Amino acid sequence: MTSIDRASMRRVVIVGAGPAGVRAAETLVAAGVVPVVIDEAPRAGGQIYRQPPADAGFARSKRTLYGMEAGKAGAVHSTMARMLPKLDYRPDTLVWGCGAGQLDTFHAGRERTVPYSHLLIATGATDRILPFPGWTLPGVYALGAAQIALKAQGCSIGRRVVFAGTGPLLYLVAYQYAKAGAQVEAILDTNPFSRQFAATPRLLRQPSTFAKGLYYVGWLAARGVRIERGVTLVRATGDKAVQAMTYRDGDRELTIPCDAIGFGYGLRSETQLADLAGCRFRFDSFNRAWLPERDTAGRTSVPGVYLAGDGAGIAGADAAEWAGRRAALAMLEDLGHRTANAQAHAMKLDRQLTSIAKFRIGLEQAFAPPLDCASHWPDDMTVCRCEEIDAGTLRRCIRGGEASEINRLKALTRVGMGRCQGRMCGAAAAELLSAEMGKPIAEVGRLRGQAPIKPVPLSIALMAEMDEAPDHLAAIPEHARDE
Amino acid sequence: MNETLRFDVLVVGGGLVGSSTALMLARRGLKVGLFERRYCGAQASGVNYGGVRRQGRPAEQLPLAVRARRIWDRLPELVGTDGEFIVSGHLRLARSVADLAALEAYAQMANPFGLDLQLLSGPTFRRRYPWLGAAALGGSLCPGDGHANPRVVSPAFARAARAAGADVREQTAVTNIVYAGERFVVEARHDSGAMIEAQANWLVNAAGAWGNTVAGYFGESIPMEPIYPNMWVTEPLPYFIDHNLGVYGGGIYARQVARGNVVIGGGRGSGDGEYAQPLTETTRTVMRAACALLPRLKDALLLRSWTGVEGSTPDDNPVIGFSRTTPRLLHAFGFSGGGFLLAPGVGQVLSDLVVDGSTSTPIDAFSIERFGLARGG
Repeated sequence: MTSIDRASMRRVVIVGAGPAGVRAAETLVAAGVVPVVIDEAPRAGGQIYRQPPADAGFARSKRTLYGMEAGKAGAVHSTMARMLPKLDYRPDTLVWGCGAGQLDTFHAGRERTVPYSHLLIATGATDRILPFPGWTLPGVYALGAAQIALKAQGCSIGRRVVFAGTGPLLYLVAYQYAKAGAQVEAILDTNPFSRQFAATPRLLRQPSTFAKGLYYVGWLAARGVRIERGVTLVRATGDKAVQAMTYRDGDRELTIPCDAIGFGYGLRSETQLADLAGCRFRFDSFNRAWLPERDTAGRTSVPGVYLAGDGAGIAGADAAEWAGRRAALAMLEDLGHRTANAQAHAMKLDRQLTSIAKFRIGLEQAFAPPLDCASHWPDDMTVCRCEEIDAGTLRRCIRGGEASEINRLKALTRVGMGRCQGRMCGAAAAELLSAEMGKPIAEVGRLRGQAPIKPVPLSIALMAEMDEAPDHLAAIPEHARDE
Repeated sequence: MNETLRFDVLVVGGGLVGSSTALMLARRGLKVGLFERRYCGAQASGVNYGGVRRQGRPAEQLPLAVRARRIWDRLPELVGTDGEFIVSGHLRLARSVADLAALEAYAQMANPFGLDLQLLSGPTFRRRYPWLGAAALGGSLCPGDGHANPRVVSPAFARAARAAGADVREQTAVTNIVYAGERFVVEARHDSGAMIEAQANWLVNAAGAWGNTVAGYFGESIPMEPIYPNMWVTEPLPYFIDHNLGVYGGGIYARQVARGNVVIGGGRGSGDGEYAQPLTETTRTVMRAACALLPRLKDALLLRSWTGVEGSTPDDNPVIGFSRTTPRLLHAFGFSGGGFLLAPGVGQVLSDLVVDGSTSTPIDAFSIERFGLARGG
């Protein structure tokens, strides 16, 4: 290919403006490349450094919003703000589909195709949801949602809140809620303290992060917040909304009155876009999930498609910044750019990423999701709330020998076919299938993604006034006119 | 060989055609095997639109379609589920006066087969269907047609075949077929690596889009192309579409299920003959058409799109019947996007051919002989 061809074909697109996407954009801009940055949120920062809406009816300082991470949040935001004149930034834009060399986007009621030659997927993560009886009651939120309510809407999910599940976010969100003035009734961690203690050597690879974790726990404990470890979540109960959370500690069942529950079991990478882009996946035992393959620089199995941040495996915000920079260096290299010190920079990032990977192993060890929970789920518990599929329906299908693979289970029961496309219920369905079959979760298969990644209105197709072109069917060739 | 099996009839392919054939034969007392390389009813049979429609089919398909349609009323008794089959009626819409005239001519041809088609247009039509867009001028209603859920129906036939005594093997790919004079010798490999050899007096090729792979062993491949019909589903909406909808000339079809979701089909996705995926361009075209036909869909959310791999013949008719090169070899493939309604009837017809040597249902138009023999075949 000639250099002229290459220049004309170049179009670098970044999906996601969290820490990974922003740092990737910064690296590209510094090298003179003008990337398109598409972000679903109205303002940059991702989930972790999410900014309140520009016209929010409240004012909270970065210190209040992001606590000890205020400096990092501020740096990501100001980097983005500085770069704006040098970027093609498209906030509030959903990427709902991906074909060869093009993204399908949706913004303000309009659909738009965005071609790319080089694509960085930095789509982040959402909570890993493992259900418990009553989890669909109003007042029960994912931890991430509880945090968004606080950061972006300046409100709490309830007055008396129980935080449950496991993971670093459990303590962070509880801390943030307590600081904001909510009554944190209890923190129910499904992992025993011994697991967290055992993971300490690995966790000490990121001493400052580890220290922050200890600080949150210490802060909460000093204020008398009840912290229970090694418990099992039994059920949330309530008439029209949640009124209490019941858990088991050893042989005892205890009930805590509350008007809201925030829960989650760590994070789950958003991989649908990589799936539609055709990336090869592998099972990752630390994430207990199928993840798109990538090399240390972020290159996937598809030439021109790159990954960075939690969307490629959970590693946290600091790692996301490094991985974003690293992937951008790989893109520059593949684009034929020669940048001073690029190699040294890349090597340093690789070292940082390797170090944090070991820390992550410690975190997964400390905050592993409860492995046997699926076998205790009662038959009448909803697993897939979009399609209202309960555990019993899934079990009957599996025990009847009908499904031994997750896509087959989906086809036969509708689990994961609804609005969330399995993003919320997929992990639970896989755990249940694994428990019922008595085989490792790696062997139950991976839910295949289908466009749209998130629901889009049919009217996306109506670019202009509909009446101007009455015979849309003419666009379907004769040979493809099935009835 | 890890395992050796012996059958009266071996069916290759666990789609709806293969499964219903296995079911009908097992019910008639034969020892039947079925090899499916993936999962039964997981390909085109399980991911198609779900139209149970006689209206709009060419004359030569109508006797088979009418016979097949009767079986759909007996699904609970036959396969233990109604497969969400609803006799909703099928409304085929006209977008022009010429379309209306064509629908009328079709009704004259098809009504002697018992389709009971009713033509509607003008104010009567508009009053009866206020939810249809102005693009639809009138239509032809076939009250006895309907729609069903292919995800449920197709695996249910395989399950019923197994319950009736057929040896249904999933994840079992045929690796070689030899006609050894008296009988067929079929080698297959299970996904676990286990090798299977089956001997059968009869062989049924129900391999769908991959039917040529089997036909090729007998030198009678046909000119068949893979197609990838594109489908969509909306979020659940208040119930308002009370028929299975089609359009004269094709291009878009839609039905609303009891749960409220609207299933839409039209145009083609893309694929490589083995796997397929929806196309954004097709989504745009068909969604525009859907909004013109059903204005209420404009604000609805699209949840998912999908497609599958189907085999299409030059004349859009399937191949059904005896091989012309090999005794006791039956073909039933290449349904060209129209097999869902037909399949249970095809199962009966093939069981007639095996047990009685002939069938009362005219199938001459589907003979493989209409295509030239492959070179060297």
